[in-house]
Amino acid sequence: MGEATTSVEAVFREERGRLLAALVRRFGDLDLAEEVTSEAIEAALAHWPADGVPSKPGAWLMTTARRKAVDRLRRDQAFAARLAILQVEADRADPVPAPEPGGELPDERLQLFFTCAHPALAAEDRTALTLRCLAGLTTPEVARAFLVESATMAKRITRAKKKIREARIPFRVPGADELPGRLPGVLQVLYSIFTEGYAASSGANLQRLDLAEEAIRLARILRRLLPAEREVAGLLGLMLLVHARRDARTGPGGEPVLLDDQDRSRWDAPMITDGSELAVAALTGGPPGPYGVQAAIAAVHDEAADLASTDWAQIVALYDVLHALAPSPVVRLNRAAAVAMRDGPQAGLDLLDALAGEPLLRGHHPYPAARADLLHRLGRHAEAAAAYREAIGLAGTEPERAMLQRRLDATERTDQP
Amino acid sequence: MKYMLLIMANSVDDNGGAAGCTVEDWMAYDKEVQDAGIMVSGESLADLVTATTVQVAADGARTVTDGPFAETREVLGGFYVIDVPDLDVALDWAARCPGARDGAIVVRPVADFGA
Repeated sequence: MGEATTSVEAVFREERGRLLAALVRRFGDLDLAEEVTSEAIEAALAHWPADGVPSKPGAWLMTTARRKAVDRLRRDQAFAARLAILQVEADRADPVPAPEPGGELPDERLQLFFTCAHPALAAEDRTALTLRCLAGLTTPEVARAFLVESATMAKRITRAKKKIREARIPFRVPGADELPGRLPGVLQVLYSIFTEGYAASSGANLQRLDLAEEAIRLARILRRLLPAEREVAGLLGLMLLVHARRDARTGPGGEPVLLDDQDRSRWDAPMITDGSELAVAALTGGPPGPYGVQAAIAAVHDEAADLASTDWAQIVALYDVLHALAPSPVVRLNRAAAVAMRDGPQAGLDLLDALAGEPLLRGHHPYPAARADLLHRLGRHAEAAAAYREAIGLAGTEPERAMLQRRLDATERTDQP
Repeated sequence: MKYMLLIMANSVDDNGGAAGCTVEDWMAYDKEVQDAGIMVSGESLADLVTATTVQVAADGARTVTDGPFAETREVLGGFYVIDVPDLDVALDWAARCPGARDGAIVVRPVADFGA
C-alpha cells in the first residue's frame, strides 16, 4: 500500500499540471479544470492501489477528468451555457495561435504559464498560482517556497484564481510584440519551480529532480520560442550549471553535500559546457540581466577545479552586479559567504551580522547556518552551536536537519576541554 | 464581458478639469471605440469644482458638502463601459485612451449577477 501510494504520487507530480493545462484549454475555465483534475486524482487514489497503476496513467487521468467535467456540465446547465459563451468570446478575442514556422505546437502548459504570470496579477500571486496549478505543488509546499504561512498562501491562491475568473484574464500565449514585456514574470515562475526542485522545502527528500527537470524543459521551450531573449538564455544556463552538480549534491544516505565537499568529478561536464555557453550568450550583446549574472556566478564555480582555486574575487564582483540589478537580502547573504572565502570568516560575519533583523531572512535557515559556519571557523563554538540549533529549527527537510546536526555535533566536540 | 475604464487624471487645472490631453485626442479615441462596436456607454465628467458630496449618518442626518477637492490626488474625469472578450483586450483599449498618458486608467470588470 505504501509503495503503491508513493508511485501514485510520483505520477501525479508529473501529470497534474499537464492535465490541468489541457483541461483549461478544453473548457476555458480554471476552476472547472482544477475541480475535475482533483476528482480524477481522487479516483486514481481509490483505484490504483488495488487495481495497479494503468499503463498510460496520464491518459487514464485525462479520460476520467473529461468524463467528470461532462457530468458536471450536464448537472449544471446554467454553468454549461455560461461556459459556452465564454469559449465563443475567447475564440473571438484570440484565435488559436499558428504554430511557429517549422516548429512544434506550443506546449499547452505554456499558455497557462502566461495566464498565471499575467501582469494584472500581483507579482507574488503569479508564482504561487503557477506552482500550484502547473507544478502540482501542494499549498504548504508553495508556502514554504515563499517563506509564508500555509493559510496565507491558500488565501493568496484563492484570490488570484478569483481574479482570473472574474476579470477574465485570458488563457493564451501573448503575441510576439507582447512577449518581451510578459517574459520576466514567466522567468521568475520557472526559476521558482527550479529552486523548489533543487532543494525541496520539506519532507524526506532534499532534491526533487522531477521539478528541476520540468523547469529546465519549460525553459528550453522558451529558449526555442525566444532565441533573441538573453535572459531566457541566462535562466536556462543558470539551471543547467546548478543542475550539473546534482549527483554530487547528496551523499549515499541522501544527506546534502556542501559545495566545499562535493566530488567535482561527478559533476555533469557536458551540461556545464552547455550552461557556460548559455551564460556567455546571456552576457553578450547588451546590458546584463539578473539571470545572466547568476549563470555567470554558477559558471565560475563549475569551472573551478576546487574550492581553493575558485575565483572568489570574481564571484564577489558578480554579486555586486547582481545586487545592483536585483537587490535582496538573500543576494547579500550569498555575497557575504563569498567575501568570507575571499577575505576570511570575520569579514563575512560582519556582513552577515549587518543583515540581522531583515524580515525576508526571518525563518530562512541558510542565514543562521551561514553565521554558524563562520562562527565555527572563528573558534566561537558556543555561538556557532546556538546558530546551528536555530538553523535546525528552521530547516524544512530531514536531510538538511541531519547535516546541520552533524555540524552542530562537530562544533560541540571541538568545544570539549 | 463588460469593463468600466475609469479615467483618473493626475493633474487638474484651476477648475478641476483634466490637463494635458487635447480635445482632438479624446474625439479620435471616442470615434475608435464607437467604430470598434464595443461601446456600451461613456461620459466625461464636468469639472471637479462642480462636485458635491452627500453622506447620511446612522441617525439619518444628511450632510452635504462642497467637493471633494484638494486632498484628492487622482480625480475621476470620466469613464467608458466597453464590451470586449477578455481583460487583455480591455487593457489594450485602456492603454490607447488619452487619459492613460496624462494619468491612469483603472479597469474594473462590471459585476455580472446571473444570466
